[in-house]
Amino acid sequence: MEKFVVQRIDKNDLSTLCLGGFLDAHTAPNLEEAIQKLLDEGRFKIIVNFKDLTYISSAGLGVFMGFIEEIRTKGGDIKMSNMTSKIFRVFDLLGFPTLYEIVDDESEAISRFKG
Amino acid sequence: MPKVEQEYQLRIPSQTDNLELIRGFISKVAEKVGFNEADIGKIELACDEACANVIKHAYSAFIKDKSLDVAIKINYQKFTIVVTDHGKGFDPASIKIPDMKEYLAELKVGGLGIYLMKTLMDEVDYLIEPGVRNQVKMVKYFINKNSSKVVKSEKDHS
Repeated sequence: MEKFVVQRIDKNDLSTLCLGGFLDAHTAPNLEEAIQKLLDEGRFKIIVNFKDLTYISSAGLGVFMGFIEEIRTKGGDIKMSNMTSKIFRVFDLLGFPTLYEIVDDESEAISRFKG
Repeated sequence: MPKVEQEYQLRIPSQTDNLELIRGFISKVAEKVGFNEADIGKIELACDEACANVIKHAYSAFIKDKSLDVAIKINYQKFTIVVTDHGKGFDPASIKIPDMKEYLAELKVGGLGIYLMKTLMDEVDYLIEPGVRNQVKMVKYFINKNSSKVVKSEKDHS
């Protein structure tokens, strides 16, 4: 597998970013770029699917922190899904579940946007 | 865990594309001495954070030899990681450990690495000699490893 991959799928006003590989200080700029591109296109309802992500460090977590305020100000949100327990543990350690909606799978994330 | 002290060393250019290699080194040694998967993940992440800080902050653009040393020392009691750079150093007293509640409420960016290191490891200490050597020493005691092993084996039998 490549070091880090981000695949984007747009459906109506929702955009899903499917992450794979590892997200550290080396690869975090790639995610930053992908989210910035969504914002530049006026797409603020974002689902991040962590299914194939094997590792995350604070550099990866910092990317979400860097965008969330702008996204919410524009009426959007980042909802997260499909985390392995290893990835969830890092989010949980930092108290991120109080800030972000983290759900089991992508369909639930979609319904949270619709609900 | 080994009966006599063992040491493993890695010297590597201070670049983010080497973080993967550093994590591989750390996790292989942690696995070899018997840490479970969850503890290996914690040690790997703490070391990544320490090295990422060095890569980001230790050296100015003018310095040619930007190397980073990662040493692992293991005795019967503990697993110690020492990350050394030869850069400009910093005042450890200036490090602020974020209050996570406040941090999240204010949607701050950065500074999470030090919080993770302190949370994931049993001890984190600094030895700073600017331009000579700067070290971050992180310790994980085996007693925690054994208690987590018990939890794992109970889970395995359920």
